[in-house]
Amino acid sequence: MDHILVAKNVTKTYGDYTALSNISLQIPENCIYGLLGPNGAGKTSFIRIINQITHQDSGEILLNGEPLAPKHIASIGYLPEERGLYKSMKVGEQVLYLAQLKGLSKNEAKTRLKYWFDRLNIGDWWDKKIQELSKGMAQKIQFIVTVLHEPKLLIFDEPFSGFDPINANIIKDEILQLKEKGTSIIFSTHRMESVEELCEYIALIHKSEKILDGKLSDIKKAYKNNIFNVGVQMEKDAEAFMRSLEQKFNILSSEIDALENQIHFKVQLPSSHTGDILAELSKVSNINRFEETIPSANDIFIQTVNNKDNGK
Amino acid sequence: MASKLGLIIKREYLAKVRNRSFIVMTILSPLLMVGMVVLIAYLAKINDDETRVVSVLNESAFFQSEFSPSKNISYVHLDDLTLEQAKDSTNSLEYYGLLYIPQGATVEEVSNASYLFTKDNPNTSVTKELEDIFQNQLRQDRLQKLGVTSKQFSSVEKPFEINLSTFDGEKSVRGINEIKAIIGGGFGYAIMMFIIIYGGFVMRSVIEEKTSRIIEVIISSVKPFQLMLGKIIGNSLAGITQFTIWIISASLLMLVAVMIFGIDLTALSSDNGVTPGPMGMSQLGTMDDKMMMYAKEIYDIPWGLLIGSFFIYFILGYLIYSSIYAAIGAAVDNETDTQQFIFPIILPLMLAIYVGFFSVFSNPHGPIAIGFSLFPLTSPIVMLMRLPGGIGEGGVPLWQFLLSVFLLMVTFLGIVSLAAKIYRTGILMYGKKPTYKELIKWLRY
Repeated sequence: MDHILVAKNVTKTYGDYTALSNISLQIPENCIYGLLGPNGAGKTSFIRIINQITHQDSGEILLNGEPLAPKHIASIGYLPEERGLYKSMKVGEQVLYLAQLKGLSKNEAKTRLKYWFDRLNIGDWWDKKIQELSKGMAQKIQFIVTVLHEPKLLIFDEPFSGFDPINANIIKDEILQLKEKGTSIIFSTHRMESVEELCEYIALIHKSEKILDGKLSDIKKAYKNNIFNVGVQMEKDAEAFMRSLEQKFNILSSEIDALENQIHFKVQLPSSHTGDILAELSKVSNINRFEETIPSANDIFIQTVNNKDNGK
Repeated sequence: MASKLGLIIKREYLAKVRNRSFIVMTILSPLLMVGMVVLIAYLAKINDDETRVVSVLNESAFFQSEFSPSKNISYVHLDDLTLEQAKDSTNSLEYYGLLYIPQGATVEEVSNASYLFTKDNPNTSVTKELEDIFQNQLRQDRLQKLGVTSKQFSSVEKPFEINLSTFDGEKSVRGINEIKAIIGGGFGYAIMMFIIIYGGFVMRSVIEEKTSRIIEVIISSVKPFQLMLGKIIGNSLAGITQFTIWIISASLLMLVAVMIFGIDLTALSSDNGVTPGPMGMSQLGTMDDKMMMYAKEIYDIPWGLLIGSFFIYFILGYLIYSSIYAAIGAAVDNETDTQQFIFPIILPLMLAIYVGFFSVFSNPHGPIAIGFSLFPLTSPIVMLMRLPGGIGEGGVPLWQFLLSVFLLMVTFLGIVSLAAKIYRTGILMYGKKPTYKELIKWLRY
């Protein structure tokens, strides 16, 4: 598999403070890569190095196999977390200026802008000043500025903050579209809902170190711990049956509805083999529900971070 | 890369000159300035026009024709009145005062017994003028006793001025050092004003980018140093535009004002005492000769050198200071936090101006003048005050000039790179009120 970006042992310190220690990552081409971690973990430091805003103290970063160089600025699009626009400048002038700084010619920039302004239905904003726009409107402009020069690598740092749900959806669809067209996307966030929806790969950074990375589905598989949610319907004696189950299996929690003679419980099995418990259950009851719990990205995030913290 | 710098300069320039308050200031300032000058000239004129009336009750045989009306005082001679009557009538006529000269045998005796009665404490210019008259009369009287006739006396009283010459044998005129320093000081003062006004522009522009949070978007496209440089150049071009408009429109307005109000500007400049203008002095000697000499001296000022070095000192000095301003802007989150950092910048500028006016005026090549014209943070102003004397013999020694420019260049490189480091780190820092200690730490990142 080709990688758009490879980081090898990247370290960055600010005085006594270590922002990144020995981070190595491979970001595959044409995927959405989630860079996760609590606030202050080092995500933004890493992104700033990719954007050549700062430089790593040691380690190497390859973009498309080449060491990062100033010419790569034109092939990266970056939407920072701390973002804004010149308040007293007109929308059109401003976007043209920023596009030209990314290396587009004025005419090229104009044509592409027309396309994007039509696409997002904001054609009549051209002569407005940013201070006349709402926050969500300004965010749309910023999104356009980020993608206008058609970069091969897009980096979004908390892209949905500041958007209402409707506009967040529009932007999410646009991001997916860009991915369809072959763009690679790094997506930095500490909000897990959007990770589940968008990311194929993730890396988890905590206290300047990478503590987990890989394909999201693989990580989920690795993190599932044979816990099942079960619901059964009894003829009678629900409580006695529950007690007998507790002796044989590791029941994590249970709830008995004596009136309806129903039991709901959560059980952790020693392996992914489910035959024993199913046999036991089917002897005396009807099974209403039997499902494996797959950990959410959020669970994995919290669990890994906690393990790491307690482990030290 | 160069085209990106061009884009930044263009944007900064346009953002500045389109700014409403900038436009208002550009139009209003010359009006205010000319208005002020006209007002001052007008007030000075009113002040001059006030003539005080002093009544004179002279019972003696002396001082019969000495009290003739002058610019400040006109005299009314009272005859055949008693002192009390004279006081009453002076009071009722609302004259400024009554000069009482009693009877006496000698000028000495009469003078010692004379009184000036006024309603309040008398104005010093009035007493001075009266005292001069008495003094003159007394001197004449005393000399007469020694056998000097009044004709001889007046020939003795002719004012004297020493003739001045340089070692080359050229005749020089009084006050020319001051005039030269004022011309150089004018250039120096322009540099200071420019730095303070437009350095502040650069700083506010940096703060604006920080508070609007656009900074990170921009420096993901261009290097922070390019952005800083573009900002400094763009804002200074806007400043030069404004300065040029000011100078042209102020001179035009001044011309119009002079024609309409008929204000004598030369009178204004010779009156204010600070400038020992040529007018005041040349009245004493032969006017035309002196004027010619002044004209020649001013013509002899090495204008090419002066203007050339003005540009060198202006560009380097402005770049040094405005990059410090940019670094300050980057270090803070809002303008109110800038005070603690601004004062140390203004200090050397103020020092340069004051030291320049006090020590370079009296001695353009004294140790203080030399020291401050070499020290890089003051040299753009102080050296320009010394330079109208030329370089080489009689002026600034060549080595001092070269050393000063060299030190300025070294400082320029040093300060700009330090400022760029602070700028680079500062623009991405939010919510911290930085201390000097913090800034020094940033230099090592």
